[in-house]
Amino acid sequence: MRDIKTSIQDFGWPRIIIFIFLIVLFILAPIVGVRLDASISDVLNRFGQYAILVLALVPMIQSGCGLNFGLALGIVAGLLGSTLSLQFEWRGFMGFFGAIALSLPFSIIFGYIYGKLLNKVKGEEMTIGMYVGLSFVMIMCIMWLVLPYSNPQMVWGFAGKGLRTTISTEGYWFKILNNFLAVKIGQFFVFPTGLLLFVAICCYLVWLFMRSRTGTAMTAVGSNPDFARASGVNADKMRTISVIMSTFLGAVGIIVYEQSFGFIQLYTAPNPMVFPAIAAILIGGASVNKASMVNVVIGTFLFQGLLTMTPSVINSILQTDMSEVIRMIVSNGIILYALTRKAKVTK
Amino acid sequence: MSAKKGIAKFFSDYAVVIIFVLLTVFSIGPSGLSISYIIQEIITRLGRNSFLVLSLLLPIYAGMGINFAMTLGAMAGQIGLIFAIDWGIAGWQGLVVAFLVGLPVSLLLGWVCGKVMNMAKGREMVTGYILAFFISGVYQFFVLYVMGSVIPMRNSSITLSRGFGVRNTLNLESVRQALDNIVLLKIGPFSIPLITFVIIAVLCVFIVWFKKTKLGQDMRAVGQDMAVAEAAGIPVERTRIVAILISTVLACVGQIIFLQNMGNMATYNAHDQTSFFAAAAILVGGASVTHASIPNVFIGVILLHAMYIVSPLAGQNLFGSAMIGEYFRQFIGYGVIAISLVLYAWKAKKAADATRLGLRLGAAGESTIVKANGDSGNGTGSAGKGTAGGSK
Repeated sequence: MRDIKTSIQDFGWPRIIIFIFLIVLFILAPIVGVRLDASISDVLNRFGQYAILVLALVPMIQSGCGLNFGLALGIVAGLLGSTLSLQFEWRGFMGFFGAIALSLPFSIIFGYIYGKLLNKVKGEEMTIGMYVGLSFVMIMCIMWLVLPYSNPQMVWGFAGKGLRTTISTEGYWFKILNNFLAVKIGQFFVFPTGLLLFVAICCYLVWLFMRSRTGTAMTAVGSNPDFARASGVNADKMRTISVIMSTFLGAVGIIVYEQSFGFIQLYTAPNPMVFPAIAAILIGGASVNKASMVNVVIGTFLFQGLLTMTPSVINSILQTDMSEVIRMIVSNGIILYALTRKAKVTK
Repeated sequence: MSAKKGIAKFFSDYAVVIIFVLLTVFSIGPSGLSISYIIQEIITRLGRNSFLVLSLLLPIYAGMGINFAMTLGAMAGQIGLIFAIDWGIAGWQGLVVAFLVGLPVSLLLGWVCGKVMNMAKGREMVTGYILAFFISGVYQFFVLYVMGSVIPMRNSSITLSRGFGVRNTLNLESVRQALDNIVLLKIGPFSIPLITFVIIAVLCVFIVWFKKTKLGQDMRAVGQDMAVAEAAGIPVERTRIVAILISTVLACVGQIIFLQNMGNMATYNAHDQTSFFAAAAILVGGASVTHASIPNVFIGVILLHAMYIVSPLAGQNLFGSAMIGEYFRQFIGYGVIAISLVLYAWKAKKAADATRLGLRLGAAGESTIVKANGDSGNGTGSAGKGTAGGSK
């Protein structure tokens, strides 16, 4: 009895409530006339779309930098990679992996500087990360206007310069992963094999890295910096590596998102991508300083499931769109829960 | 040596202010705006924004950093205004009614906010930031679904056509500049909303007086060191809640003043940038996360808004694109907050390292103290160990 109680406490009431709510939604779906197979297909698709952005948070949580509110930097690196790939008119897998490759140097540069900065402001990483992200996105807004892109599909037609706010990936690498080995059952259900495979590979690689020498040292720095220093680990270096990793994974994440979503969204679009990712990993059971692959997978699935199912089901019941409000309350509520919970542990 | 050090200290303390003055002065030329236009705009914006910015002061005194959750008070003010418009009360009386409705709401929200912040000591700023988003969701739920369905609305012109929920944009015609226009002082080419400034002045006097009261002194003690304050018998948690409570109520009044000057209100996102502008203003004015004063508020509002007035036009004329100026001023706003937070955290870390080093260089017998000090300095780290152990 006691075990159940403590395990429930460990898992946390908000997660259980969300979990039950999602199950109820799935049960309700057929009753109110929402196709279950189409919904599940949708959930899988969105899971794959967001999973790597969520995965990107893991290294920094593990190294003790907290939740990466500055994930927008990684997203911007990814945007640079993908726009360059389009500029060179690379298509198919060449375009997709080319975009990832091109985003790597940017990720390293941004991540390195961001990491160095965060090392100077230990304890305030989250607030500062948030504002660094916000201000960097604003610089990039100016850059998108003035950088010399010339692909007519990307720039404003009348001016001939300055990137559009949304750029279609159609004809380049639209759904390149989604359609790879995709299994189509019936009219409404598509299993995006390639997408999920790619997510699985990324998760496996990060998992593997976390078990390597560097990865273990990183976790040690996050768990107990004094102990790590005593064992001869360079804490600052480990933190910087984790930030670079997080930034690069954010870049990969946004490119995967773009190929599935079909559009590259520029200007202020990176900002609203960050909070959902953070909410997802926290729903999955991560805390401010501990996260695993299981948290990523469960969290993304629960959160995206919730976002997919609430509009369709609740709207059919109430005849009104409450999804935005529910999204705001759930995602911010869960972040709030995680932020206030840790203080209790400290006590 | 010491003079050199003094200059260096001056520059590092006022780095943000200096950068801002330079940027604004250089942008005035290219913007092509006349000085008298800029001054009139600044007077208007001082009246519009100062009250909101002043509401940030008390939490800073109490050591809780920038109260990004002041948005809660702004939302309370907006709810008050919606009811005042619904009931059709015009003029300054409408604003008073808006305040009377907003007051209990802001007290409730402030109390909730204080409670939440007490659960998240040491990370109040990020918690407040998220709390604002969370309550914003609740606010949307309330205004979009509850108003007009559960709470009856009389005025059909402000509800959505479906019968419940409030329209996206609320026309505040009946209370537009009701406060500013009671006494509009004309000095030369400038018109000054006297009553608004009187209210702001009263608030300043209140803050000065409040700092001298027992509660105000307690608040500063809590801000200095929570453990010491606790040992001295000050009810730390209660004092912190009071600080947030007052800040939230002030933000409620501030938002009402802000919106009556604007004349219309984006129902669902008028509060989105409230805390951003207020935080940027106070930090531009030379405040830090731990120290702020009334002059910081006014210097900040003047500098930030002078910059906001000139930069779009300067961007237009320098780069041929108004968007560049627009993005640039937003970048400056966020950047200023980021830089101030970084400078503050950096200084705090350097000070901590210095004390640590000092202890380490002391007698060998003090090594235990060093260890203890190190542990408290790395609160996050040891907490991490706790959680890691717990979930395994």
